Formats: sequence, structure tokens, C-alpha cells
Amino acid sequence: MTHFNLRGAWSIYVRELMRAMRTAFQSILSPVLTTSLYFIVFGSAIGDRMPDLGGVEYGAFIVPGLLLLTLLSESTSNASFGIYMPRFTGTIYELLSAPVGVAETLVGFVGAAATKSLILAAIILATANLFVDYSIAHPILAAFYIMLVASSFSLFGFILGVWADNFEKLGIIPLLILMPLTFLGGTFYSIDMLPEPWDSIALANPIVYLVNGLRWTFYGSSDVSIGLSFGLTLGFLALCITVIAIIFKTGWRLRD
Amino acid sequence: MSDPILDISGLTKVYSGGLKALDDVDLAIRQGEIFALLGPNGAGKTTLIGAVCGLVRPSAGRICAFGHDMATDWRRARARIGLVPQELATDMFETVIRAVSYSRGLFGYPPDKALIEEVLRSLSLWDKRDAKIMELSGGMKRRVLIAKALSHEPDLLFLDEPTAGVDVELRRDMWALIEQMRQRGTTIILTTHYIEEAEEMADRVGVIRNGRILMVDDKAAMMARLGRTEARITLAQPLDVIPSGLSDFPIELVEDGRELAYRGGDGTGKGRAEVAELTKALIAAGIDYVGIDVRESSLEDIFVGLVAGQEGI
Repeated sequence: MTHFNLRGAWSIYVRELMRAMRTAFQSILSPVLTTSLYFIVFGSAIGDRMPDLGGVEYGAFIVPGLLLLTLLSESTSNASFGIYMPRFTGTIYELLSAPVGVAETLVGFVGAAATKSLILAAIILATANLFVDYSIAHPILAAFYIMLVASSFSLFGFILGVWADNFEKLGIIPLLILMPLTFLGGTFYSIDMLPEPWDSIALANPIVYLVNGLRWTFYGSSDVSIGLSFGLTLGFLALCITVIAIIFKTGWRLRD
Repeated sequence: MSDPILDISGLTKVYSGGLKALDDVDLAIRQGEIFALLGPNGAGKTTLIGAVCGLVRPSAGRICAFGHDMATDWRRARARIGLVPQELATDMFETVIRAVSYSRGLFGYPPDKALIEEVLRSLSLWDKRDAKIMELSGGMKRRVLIAKALSHEPDLLFLDEPTAGVDVELRRDMWALIEQMRQRGTTIILTTHYIEEAEEMADRVGVIRNGRILMVDDKAAMMARLGRTEARITLAQPLDVIPSGLSDFPIELVEDGRELAYRGGDGTGKGRAEVAELTKALIAAGIDYVGIDVRESSLEDIFVGLVAGQEGI
């Protein structure tokens, strides 16, 4: 064995997916329920009284944003929990002593986290269909973008899971930074609706580009350039991969 | 010596806090042997194992396993190395058979149900294969750790305090298992606090203290070189001085002249023969005695002497 340990990566991947199955309520039912409540409150109850945005009904307008909200939080938490728990319980010794490196670890942990997010995304889109009518203008690009976001934030979650040295830290970034930025990133509104200077300030929020990137694949229009959205997401992906490569090279928080 | 299966040279580890856990360690392990690494707490045993297995980043030095440099060709080397850690670190919510099967896959080996069954049966875990690990006793969890380490049939197995905190029955079972593995040709490196364990199983013994290897030798040679015979002869009548005819023996009067203490030999049995000669000499000198207590120094005595900085007991 000199190169990629395919069986090792597959073993991690399968085990991580099975872990999600063991906690199906927390992993799948809980986010579906939460998203359904959003659709009921914002889509059905309030949405009927909201004007169309860019020619799209309000209920349909928030579908990409809500999908992204789930993708970001679930990808991050799944991957962070996946690598944090072995560190917490000490079972990381096996991973570190096995013939697996950064590539196998990423395919295993991050691939499983991204897969779970994609399954969730499919379930949420199906759930959304029960509450609002929506269409996807660029389905292939939408699928690619969803995979890109799921992978990027699974990588980000992996970094968080390596960084965190207690459960509190594990939750701080998703709850105190990611969630507020997502809510303020145009999930439920177009940033055109914001008065000056807030619409300009909103452009400093990276989540705005993610929400609008996905919204463009759904409805063909967005508040920001689609090229910029894709570029920033790819850049974030590359940054996370680089950070993880450095973590493995230096052994930071993994090896003494 | 044939090419060592594990060759460590100049291995040094300084932790970020400045603690030097390993200090220029050189060690060569032969294929098929059982090597016991002895040392007090904090001596560097676990750090040494961690450095070989990839848990610890060496500060300096070189580790070669099976001819592969662990710094550059670690995948091929690690695929042949198993580790049973000291801590009971297991995935509590996983079943025994899944956890063990996972370990085999992680090391790059295809599924082998027959082998997994054999490993679980050899560790009396087969009946517990579908139990969650959290439901098992501490001893059974340790067996699971061993099963995980054996699942990929390692050629080199590290056992870090394998019998710490386990009952006598399990300890004997593990000794038997280790003997089976030796017969299959597996090289085993174990650390232990139980000198009896090293004395029972090891072919060679290394003593480590403060991150430095103090001595590495065949167990029998070490016992012969540093071993001693001690005898206490209880005299029928106390003596004030040792009679001149006995002055060639390494003896002294103790307990106010009521006992004669012999300390000599070399661990090969020479001491016992000399004690027999001593008793004859006592009778010839008309000195009666009422009791004799003879003991050979154990590996523990040698170990204690070494870590105390002495050259034997």
C-alpha cells in the first residue's frame, strides 16, 4: 500500500453514515421538522401577505435560503462532530495509527458529512414542495452548487472539530457566527429591500453570496454576480482544503 | 543479528511544554521476538510507542519498520503494525463485530468474516459480537481493543500495558494469546508495570528511564549478568565473628549474629551451588543451623536496581 487507501476511506465513510442512521432523529428528522416549521410560518402564514420578489412568490423565494441554512448548519455540525468525538473518546488513536492520511480522512469524514447533507437537501426540497410551488431554472448547476456548499462546509466543520477542545467550542461558531450570518445573509429577503447603508454592509457578509448563488440556480436572478458567488465558494473550498492539509502536516491538535 | 523488523535511531521527543520524553533512543527489534519495555511512570514508554505508531511526532531521529522509513513510507509500514493502547478508548455505541470489522477495513484489508470470527472466538468475544461496547465490562472492552488490533493480522503488535486493571483470569488468557501470536511469528512489543509479565513472556527486555534506554538485553542474559542468589541461614547459636574458614564466602552476620546472610552468584544457579558448599563448610566448622531460606533475585529486583541508578542489586 503506497498510495490512496481506498478501503480505509470507504470504512470511515460507511461508519460515519451508519452513525447518522443511529441518530436518525437528530440527524434527519430534526432538521426536516425545523425547515417545515419555517415553511409553515414564513412560507404559508406570512408569505401570503408578502409581495413577490423579482417575480417570485415569497414562499418560493425563501426555498433556496432555507435549503442553504440547513446545508450550512448540518454540513458543519456533522463533520465537526464526526472528528471531534474520536478525539474526545480517544478512539482517534486508531485513525492516526492506520495507513490513512489527509485524503482518506477527508473522503471518509467530509464525504459522509456532505452525503448526509445532500440527502437532507433532497428531503427538504421534497418537503418544501408540500408547502410552496417552486421551480429550478438550472437543475444541474443547482445540484453542483449544493454539492459544492455541502463539501465546503463539511470541510469547515472538520476544521472546527479539530480546533474545538470541548463541546462548548464545538457549538460556538455554528450558533454565534454561522447562524446569525445566514439569517442576515438574505435567507428570507432580498438585500435590495434593505435601506442604505445596510444593503452595502450586507455585501460584506459572505453568506449573501452563497444564498444568492443558490437562488440564481433556482430562479435565474440574484442580488450579486453569480460568477462571484461561485468563485467565492470555490475559494472557500480551496482554503479549507489547504488548512486541513496544514493540520495533517503539522499534526495540530491531532498528534502530540 | 538479522535485519531488525523495527529500527529506531536517535529518536528524541520534546513536547511543546519543554518536557523531553525521549532522549536519543536507539532500539532494534528482531523479527518474531517478544520485547518487554520496562520503566517507571513517565519514563517514555508510551511516547516511544506513539512515535512508532504515528500518534506522536518525533522531534528528531529515524524510525524504520519492515525496511520502510516511517517519515516517508508510513502507509506500507503502518498497514503491518497493530496497537493496543493503554486507555480503554472505544466507540461505545458500536457493536463488537462492527468495531472490529471497521478496524480491518481502516487498515486497508478486505472483509474476512472467517478471520474476524476466529479473532473474536480466540478472545471469548464471539458470544458478545452483537453487544454494544458500552454494555461490556472493562476486561471485555480491553479484549475488544485487542481484537481490533488483531483484525488486520499485524506482523508487529504493540501492547501498551495490556493487562493493566484486568483480573487474574484475563491476564492469564492474554498471556496465552500472546504466546499463540508468538508461535504464529508475530513480533510483540509490550510495556508493562508487571515485571512478572515480562519475566513470564519476554525474550528480551529493555529498561527505560527519563526517556533514555538504560539497558537492552536477552532476559536470560540479563538475569545471569545482574541476577544474584540471596540466602539466610538461621544459626542454632549466635556468632560474634565469621570463622576464618568461611571468609572466602560472600557472607555477613546479621540479626545480632543469629543469621548468616549470603549474597552472591550470578543468576545462573552458581549461587545455589555455593550456598550448598557453605552449608557443608558450616557443618565442617561445627556450626549448627536450624533453617535456610534461599531466593534468586527476580527481574523486578534487577529493574528496581537499574532505575535506582545501580548496577544490579
